[in-house]
Amino acid sequence: MSDIHAQTAYVRTAMLPQAAPPVRETGAVKWVRENLFSSWLNIILTLASIWFVWTVVSHLFPWFYNSIWRAKSLTECRAIRDATLGPDASAACFAVITDRWKQLLFGFYPSSEYWRPTLSLVLLVVGILPMLFTTLPRKLLWGTLALPFVLFFLLWGGSIWTTVMVAAGFVLGFAAIKILTPIGGAILAAIGAVLIPILFWIYAAGPLAESLHSILPIGLEFVQSKDFGGFMVSTVIGVAGIALSLPLGIVLALGRKSDLFIVNKLSTAFIEIIRGVPLIVWLFTASLLLNYFLPPGTNFDLLLRVIIMVTLFSAAYIAEVVRGGLAALPKGQYEGADSLGLSYWQSMQLIVLPQALKISIPGIVNSFIGLFKDTTLVVFIGILDPIGLTNSIRASTDWNGIYWELYVFIGLMFFIFCFSMGRYSLYLEKKLQREHR
Amino acid sequence: MNKTLFLGALTVASIAAAASSAATLDDVKARGKLNCGVTTGLPGFAAPDANGVWEGFDVAFCRAVAAAIFGDPTAVEFVPTTGETRFTALQSGEIDMLARNTTWTFSRDTDLKFDFTGVNYYDGQGFMVPKSLGVSSAKDLDGATVCIQTGTTTELNLADFFRSNNISYQPVPIQTNAEAQQQYLAGACDVYTTDASGLAATRATFEAPADHIILPEIISKEPLGPLVRHGDNAWGDIVMWTQNALVSAEELGITSANVEEMASAPTNNPEINRILGTEGDLGAMMGLSKDWGKNAILAGGNYGEIFEKNIGENTPIGLARGLNALWTEGGLQYSPPFR
Repeated sequence: MSDIHAQTAYVRTAMLPQAAPPVRETGAVKWVRENLFSSWLNIILTLASIWFVWTVVSHLFPWFYNSIWRAKSLTECRAIRDATLGPDASAACFAVITDRWKQLLFGFYPSSEYWRPTLSLVLLVVGILPMLFTTLPRKLLWGTLALPFVLFFLLWGGSIWTTVMVAAGFVLGFAAIKILTPIGGAILAAIGAVLIPILFWIYAAGPLAESLHSILPIGLEFVQSKDFGGFMVSTVIGVAGIALSLPLGIVLALGRKSDLFIVNKLSTAFIEIIRGVPLIVWLFTASLLLNYFLPPGTNFDLLLRVIIMVTLFSAAYIAEVVRGGLAALPKGQYEGADSLGLSYWQSMQLIVLPQALKISIPGIVNSFIGLFKDTTLVVFIGILDPIGLTNSIRASTDWNGIYWELYVFIGLMFFIFCFSMGRYSLYLEKKLQREHR
Repeated sequence: MNKTLFLGALTVASIAAAASSAATLDDVKARGKLNCGVTTGLPGFAAPDANGVWEGFDVAFCRAVAAAIFGDPTAVEFVPTTGETRFTALQSGEIDMLARNTTWTFSRDTDLKFDFTGVNYYDGQGFMVPKSLGVSSAKDLDGATVCIQTGTTTELNLADFFRSNNISYQPVPIQTNAEAQQQYLAGACDVYTTDASGLAATRATFEAPADHIILPEIISKEPLGPLVRHGDNAWGDIVMWTQNALVSAEELGITSANVEEMASAPTNNPEINRILGTEGDLGAMMGLSKDWGKNAILAGGNYGEIFEKNIGENTPIGLARGLNALWTEGGLQYSPPFR
């Protein structure tokens, strides 16, 4: 056999060296062939997509690249463009942002006090870190608890004692629970926890704050809600809405799953009514209808009314998302908790909610992102949020006729906020998934 | 549930803090500021500048009223209102007066229970066309496509005008002024129609304003003016006569430049003296100080000065006085005598 082999001329005697694979089967070329040009349909789709991307980029790139950042008005922008690029060139006039960015961020907040909202934002980010990342020391959570009051004081200002009195009400309520529970049981404690702070706020807080202020006048310049505007107002409404609607939403979800007839029916009715009506209607209710119901001359802060409405609206959605999480838990978890002899609140707190909330995270964050973007609806009730301000900015003769630059800026700002929320939710999901395995 | 109750408590607390409003003037004086409702932004009429200071034609009237009351044109809180919220804001007392280029109509005066204190701008619906269309009168617009804001009186006015002139048109419905601007410039319609002042302001923003003309026909009456609530006539009088003082000042030649000098000593003209408080005491009859008229004129000048500064021919808006000239110059601006 081997002899024949050796003698046959057309049989190789030596091994060929390893050759490089054909060009069309390696690297970028292979990838392009397989993914972009594998069939006639794909070739057509690829070419169409390239054409589309090219059209968009070729129009947008010069616009961004030629953008003008220093000018006093749109006319000046156009003059600069004509002088440097010629009248037909496309150029963005981002000078409007340079000129008005403070207004877009802070609205009509007094410019000498800009450090207050800025500091508030920093404190907010720092303050919620211990809540977001469990690796940080747990004691920092006390700082987070004080955060709402600190932010309230920083943003609105006034005497520090007003804020202290509001906080004192909550402390009183908490103390009432601690003291009354051993004496009179849960019901008495709950009534006390609600009544004592309210009585305190109505009757004692005002005079007490005044007298304390006369002894030790500490405070910041008072800033009215109507001076709030721009991204500041979006963030205030958004953050307050998010912070308040999550606990309220969880309570509503539990209420809807509850066996207690009245609690169940009230929660269901609340959720369905709030959810069944568009947010814009609730905002109009807050701004127009409430004025008729309240006694004439009442000045119930518009921003507060909006925050309440946004919170209620978002809470209804959160409640349904959480209810989904509750329903997704196997019945064994509930029964297991019961068989351990845990009370309702203990089983919810230790067994059910941690699992249900974990399931609901994507839905909850989704609602929050929606809520944050929905804050732009306040433009219809005359609050100057970023979108409202674009109109005001256009109304000045300097900037009349400018559109895209403002919207690009606002879109970018919203994207940063919403994208980071989305990323955090992904991080949280991954982390909880890992812990579970 | 604690949180809901807390919010409820806040409501109760804020109601408790409310005071009943007897006379608007007393409320305003106690507050130390005039709450004036304006638009959220309309070129030439009301807009905040880069520092958040409101400027414009309507804003100037708010400032004049504040100056008449407090002697200080900056003692005003400007409350931005939208087309939907403006009337409720006034009815509920959130604002003391509304200067938001609002058309004076029968139902607003009677049914909605407001008092218009006069007309500070006589507006009307007009047409804007590109020069290249070669049209010089709205009656030549047969078969034209017209950009029109839906659900407004301008839509009805347009239909009436074309029907009564026996010509046809093709409507292009749009939602907002900003959209209209884009559509018109993109050539989606031959004609854009809205209030003439709005057309002028829109045209001013074009890259080449000279390529577009506003046709001479005005097809509707839109008298715009400040308004107050029914029922407090003393307050209405203050707003009305401040406005009249500005018009009279133009007629009598009192300007922001010479008002100090004229008010320092009585002049030969008794009406000037009465307005400026150097003769008689008209201010006291309204519960204001003696120099209220001087302060109002000092705030932003007389009617003509306010017009020229904000929307006049030397501004980008570039409106001619037209109907808003003084009655002595063929316009409709006319003030009753100060006596």
